[in-house]
Amino acid sequence: MNLDSDEIGSLLERMAEGLTEALAGRGRVDPVVVGIHTGGVWIAERLRERLGLPAPLGSLSIAFYRDDFSRIGMHPSVKPSNLPFDIDGRHVILVDDILYTGRTVRAALNEIFDYGRPASVTLAVLVDRSQRDLPIRADVVGITLALAPGEHIKLNGPDPLRLITHKAA
Amino acid sequence: MTASNIQLDERGRLKHFLSIEGLPQELLLEILSTAEGFAPVGRRPVKKVPLLRGKTIVNLFFEPSTRTRTTFELAAKRLSADVLTLNIGDSATRKGESLLDTLRNLEAMHCDMLVIRHDCSGAAHFIASHVCSEARVINAGDGRHAHPTQAMVDMFTIRRTKGDFGVLRVAIVGDIAHSRVARSDIHALKSLGAREVRVIGPRTLIPPEIETLGVRVDHDLKSGLRDVDVVIMLRLQNERMQGALLPSAREFFELYGLTEERLAVAEPGAIVLHPGPINRGVEIDSQVANGPRSVILEQVSYGIAVRMAVMSIAMSSAAKPESH
Repeated sequence: MNLDSDEIGSLLERMAEGLTEALAGRGRVDPVVVGIHTGGVWIAERLRERLGLPAPLGSLSIAFYRDDFSRIGMHPSVKPSNLPFDIDGRHVILVDDILYTGRTVRAALNEIFDYGRPASVTLAVLVDRSQRDLPIRADVVGITLALAPGEHIKLNGPDPLRLITHKAA
Repeated sequence: MTASNIQLDERGRLKHFLSIEGLPQELLLEILSTAEGFAPVGRRPVKKVPLLRGKTIVNLFFEPSTRTRTTFELAAKRLSADVLTLNIGDSATRKGESLLDTLRNLEAMHCDMLVIRHDCSGAAHFIASHVCSEARVINAGDGRHAHPTQAMVDMFTIRRTKGDFGVLRVAIVGDIAHSRVARSDIHALKSLGAREVRVIGPRTLIPPEIETLGVRVDHDLKSGLRDVDVVIMLRLQNERMQGALLPSAREFFELYGLTEERLAVAEPGAIVLHPGPINRGVEIDSQVANGPRSVILEQVSYGIAVRMAVMSIAMSSAAKPESH
């Protein structure tokens, strides 16, 4: 199953509403948005616009925080992380495109805490593959997909955004 | 065995970082872009990433050094490696034999990476060709041969301040003959496609046939500096004055010392680099070293990020895929 940019647009709308609700329900005001490279940054920027948040967008590379360096080495084309605000005491909306094993989010949380001590972290993902290896659950989800074994999903972008599923060769 | 093949593994990945010569341009670009990722780490509250956690890195310094040693040490620490620095005095070096002995001892301690500075050209290559297959070797300066991490620091500094190499004229000034930095810089600049590379110095300090590397030789500082975008000054080692190579430090400064006045013929936005330590009033005037064109202190802070990149890329090729 594939999703085009209009369909993704309505998922983003739903995510923005979900975030507004989740943040208000817990009294989390003046949040900052941080996306995980690469797809997470595309989603994060659109959510920040929809929520009308004034703070600049943060981005995390997580390349230096992965748990598979000793197995597969460094990932090529590392983009620098950039958190252009003080993270101490802030409410952080952490955004990724696809939540799969939870390992990327684990790495991102560790990296965030090396910048400071946030007041809270709310996790928002476009797609939840619901195949977690770690006890990490998203607070806000665009769509939950149960993919067959060997099936992969990828977000293409940044403009237009397209979600593409394919079977591994 | 040549330096070019010992540096890469069978898949073309970086294994040992011994010289710029023989490395593909893509690898140099990968080092520069990875260093961009490490550069912000030094400005964070926690100046550390967990990448090389559990790895042991030994800095083996057979020749004294402050800047290179401390930046390598900080780079290893900021990668979360355990690091040990051994300053081995001259008395302990009996070249080949004791070098091998030292190596065998360190191997017995299961070190993952050796960073070597030695006054003999080829020392790092020698260690790399004798080390066990899992260990990685980084050259932190060998004799007059190469100082590849310093060259990458210079390239990173140039790219960050001046951008694309294709439009840049670069002059390297001073004692080219005895400088491993000059040699590595020339190879890196040629590989990255600098528009023009010039070497400037007295006849006694320019090696014969250096033109074969694709550089222009100038014995006059003023004509050499005309229209350049980047000036790389080299340290004039005092011991050169004792030989017949140079009359005196004062005379050298008269002819080749970099002053604001002499820089006037360079491009208005030209930058000045120096690998340190600086001999103020010998190869460079204080006014220039402290002035707005100087990026000498930037070189020092970028030195950590660039060495983090080299170490982690070399270590990356030691990764072992596990089958489930």
